[in-house]
Amino acid sequence: MSFMPVILWTDALIFALLAAVLALVWFIRRHEHLLAPWRVVAQRPMAMGAALVLGAFVVIGLLDSLHYRERLADSPADAPQYSVEVLSVFDALVSGLRTRQEKTYSAPLAMQLYAKEFIERDGETVRDYPRLKYGGAHLAQADDHRHDIARRALVGLAQGLAVSLLLFGLLAAWQGRRTQMDFGVWLTAWGTGRLGWPGRTVVLILAIMLMLAGVLVQLASGYHVFGTDKVGQDVLYITLKSIRTGLVIGTLTTLVTLPLAIGFGIAAGYFRGWVDDVIQYVYTVLNSIPGVLLIAAAVLIVQVYIESHPEVFDTAAARADVRLLALCLIMGVTSWTGLARLLRGESLKLRTLDYVEAARAFGVSHARIISRHIFPNVFHLVLIAIVLDFSGLVLAEAVLSYVGVGVDPSMYSWGNMINGARLELAREPVVWWQLGAAFAFMFALVLAANLFADGVRDAFDPRLGGRR
Amino acid sequence: MKPLLEVRDLVTGFGATRVVDGVSFRVSAGEIYALLGESGCGKSMTALSLMRLLPDGGRVVSGSVQLGETDVLTLPERDMRRVRGGQMAMIFQEPMLALNPVIKVGEQIGEALALHRKLTGQAGRDAARALLDAVGVPDAARRLDSYPFELSGGLRQRVMIAMALAGEPRLLIADEPTTALDVTIQAQVLDVLRRLRTEQQMGMLLITHDLGVVAENADRVGVMYAGELVEEGARDAFFASPQHPYSRMLFEALPRPGDGGRLTTIPGQVPPLDGSLVGCRFAPRCPHAVARCRSESPDWQAINDQRVRCHLAGALPASSVRDVTVQTAIPASQPLLQVAGLKVHFPIRRGFIQRTVGHVRAVDDVSLDIQAGRTLALVGESGCGKTTVGKALLRLIEPTAGSIALGGETITARNASTLRRQAQMVFQDPYSSLNPRMRVADILLEGMDALGVGNAPQRRGAVAQLLRQVGLPDDAGSRYPHAFSGGQRQRIAIARALAVSPRRVICDAPTSALDVSVQAQILNLLKDLQQDLGLAYLFITHNLAVVEYLAHEVAVMYLGRIVERGSAADVLRAPRHPYTQALVSAVPRIEPHAGEGIIRLAGDQPSPLNPPRGCHFHPRCPHASEVCRQTYPGQTDLGNGHWVRCHWVAGQP
Repeated sequence: MSFMPVILWTDALIFALLAAVLALVWFIRRHEHLLAPWRVVAQRPMAMGAALVLGAFVVIGLLDSLHYRERLADSPADAPQYSVEVLSVFDALVSGLRTRQEKTYSAPLAMQLYAKEFIERDGETVRDYPRLKYGGAHLAQADDHRHDIARRALVGLAQGLAVSLLLFGLLAAWQGRRTQMDFGVWLTAWGTGRLGWPGRTVVLILAIMLMLAGVLVQLASGYHVFGTDKVGQDVLYITLKSIRTGLVIGTLTTLVTLPLAIGFGIAAGYFRGWVDDVIQYVYTVLNSIPGVLLIAAAVLIVQVYIESHPEVFDTAAARADVRLLALCLIMGVTSWTGLARLLRGESLKLRTLDYVEAARAFGVSHARIISRHIFPNVFHLVLIAIVLDFSGLVLAEAVLSYVGVGVDPSMYSWGNMINGARLELAREPVVWWQLGAAFAFMFALVLAANLFADGVRDAFDPRLGGRR
Repeated sequence: MKPLLEVRDLVTGFGATRVVDGVSFRVSAGEIYALLGESGCGKSMTALSLMRLLPDGGRVVSGSVQLGETDVLTLPERDMRRVRGGQMAMIFQEPMLALNPVIKVGEQIGEALALHRKLTGQAGRDAARALLDAVGVPDAARRLDSYPFELSGGLRQRVMIAMALAGEPRLLIADEPTTALDVTIQAQVLDVLRRLRTEQQMGMLLITHDLGVVAENADRVGVMYAGELVEEGARDAFFASPQHPYSRMLFEALPRPGDGGRLTTIPGQVPPLDGSLVGCRFAPRCPHAVARCRSESPDWQAINDQRVRCHLAGALPASSVRDVTVQTAIPASQPLLQVAGLKVHFPIRRGFIQRTVGHVRAVDDVSLDIQAGRTLALVGESGCGKTTVGKALLRLIEPTAGSIALGGETITARNASTLRRQAQMVFQDPYSSLNPRMRVADILLEGMDALGVGNAPQRRGAVAQLLRQVGLPDDAGSRYPHAFSGGQRQRIAIARALAVSPRRVICDAPTSALDVSVQAQILNLLKDLQQDLGLAYLFITHNLAVVEYLAHEVAVMYLGRIVERGSAADVLRAPRHPYTQALVSAVPRIEPHAGEGIIRLAGDQPSPLNPPRGCHFHPRCPHASEVCRQTYPGQTDLGNGHWVRCHWVAGQP
């Protein structure tokens, strides 16, 4: 075998989460009352557009979670030795981006480095901006630069458009067959927005995303689209790799939060009395400790552990991964209080409802009352909290990494990118593209998550039920 | 005479749904016009259309509303604000929700005064006090500085009325103004409205579902069904001979004293108003419907003073006479349930270390017994502790003291599961008593699972049988509660209680959230079940008409204690305790009150936290004497199992 699969902790958890989500989807599909609000979500153009963008992020994140180690080329076949570098399927797909490393900073789409060097030209040593090793290396002379960029952009746009049209045709054919509609009729229905689902928005967003992807692919094959960083690595590659970190923080932290919030919140509201008192004191105390301080302390402890037990971790990636996991855990432990408080209030209300009384009149056990009567009726709150918290956690990671208590410095993350760009912002001329790229991607992810969360909340929140 | 309000062909729609469809009526000054109908018939929507306060998505499609000289529907919103409150004002159903809880009562009234009469400062305060006086709020000057939560329900509703009157409106719209109130308080509030009508020559649009309220207050009546006005006429003519089959069935569905027969029910429910209605809207539920009713919408037909929209107007057979059967007296046997000295006190804790500073005596020394196959009604106003008694009997609330014996066996916390198998409860609100996320079959199975009744296939079979027993379709088990109407939900709740084959069912006002026609169905069902299964009911309610129809015995509760107890006939026909007398006389009735005048109680029920010394009722009692203020009266036996706790009755020969 020419490679060895590596399963990092977070990989395992992410795929476990994926399996759980798929199981939940399967379960929801079989229950009409659970499915109904999702149908409402599916009819909201904004939510569906956001879901598409989120979907693109998730696909990249999942591809980036399939890790492996390559076999060293000169190792014997019977006793293979593997590279210490842990790669992912995503790395393999964009190997060009990863390997084309320059010397140091270069601006987006540039042909030259961002710093002057002594170079030999026609036998003379001059101080000038040297040409890049890869960016624009295919061009014979600098004059073709703009022309080439424009050509590549147009080609990418056209390719994206072509793929979109192809997909649209397939969609129309499939929909037409399914609903027994003529192509023309379907097209009119699509054009006037009478499909029963937001067809126009979905198609439009998809087309825009495909065209953007086309342009990026075309440009990236010849240039560094977002420039390079201090050690000459392609910023586009770093940004794309950061997606996984953001998603892991956003989802795994929630996974830690949920059992705590649901368990404590419902227990406090349902049992009241001393249980309620104890839980309330716990979260009041937890809330009054500055979160950053607690996180910093915990991360430092983990850091010390990692450094004093090097034998436990065989690769640098595994070390960084454990630190990421620890960050998720500690952020989860500090952020369950909000949801728990919400669930406590809701359970306080639900426990006095007649159907809970009726269950008590039958002598139904507490565990059964909670699992059959209370939990299903607070589930919409949990769901709303999950999607709302996601974007907050992604942003929190950026802030923590910036402060220096976030993920491992060797890990690609938006926080680390911003942290790295911090000093360079004082440079003249300024190095802005690292910050810009991290900002653009984070903005897109968080905005999409927030828009999707809005759609979910509107569909699930019974108080907004009448306003649809 | 020119009418004060004239509504012509009003159509209000939510998208394609026409919730009000071509309604026309007029209200003169000094007249009370009652809009009558079941829920979902468009009564409230009519009122909101007049005020132009429709909820989001609703709009007036066509028609005109003429208030005096103004055409309300064409006014710009800026002028409309002056009309609202100034020309016509509205009283809402729920006084707790309609008053802002963080603003003092005086300021809330003052706001309306400043807006419409430009009265501010001392002048505004005086005017506000005068208004509170006018609506009969005692100690008005002090009440101006109260917050709404410091006032009782009746006072709050009066404050609402005072606010509505602040702009000196010519038309007052009262949307179910007394539905949330107790009968004695309802009587007080309706008195205020009637007096205002006479004193200020106001027109009044009274929206209600209660035929009794209409009979005592309205001058003219309009009956609404499915968004349409179907009958209109002067009150006396309407009550003497309702012409529309729907109106007639409303009357017949009402439980009336003295008859033990089955109530007439209106099958089906109000159709959805989504525009696909052909023919008479009542035809699917009408026993007299002919082919023409299903194809052609009937037009107005005049009969003497009445107008009616029915093809068969005037040609309907005379109202059917209900068969009056005498309550079959079941021989008194060994009591199934005996309760002695039941007390439920809730401690009030204050301060840092949660010291108990007092007790709310929700139930204070109640003794009851019920025989198999009989119904005991527990009657009283809200807050008297009757629901607490019901819950304590199931040990849903742990009683503070007292003993509960079931079939001779004393129930303690240890053998509670015996109790749960033998006694079950049906709750008041069918919308909150069924878990919306569970299928009906799972709801019915829950009790059997918890108490281990039978094995799995037996339980499945039992579910099917229960559904049949309460008259639900066989496929109901696989559906969720939201697929059912209020009446059907209450049937599910009854089936759930019956699932563990109890011998005693506690019914906590099971029909108070339902419409009259649905109430009749549920009452019939309860009666049938009692006959078939020999159930004993403890029927907790404030609706005396239902009590008269269903109960064998009645116990009247006041402030946590039973003040009168006896057979239904004795207690309700010849009440002896002054409180029972007031309660019975305060119920609005269709038939004119015979003989004795109506007894109006002053004030409200005191707080059970701090009950008055002596007889709890003495502050409101017209017959109170010195001894009533000193000692709580003992039991006075009047024979035939009828007893009261009253010094005044004891003193009579």
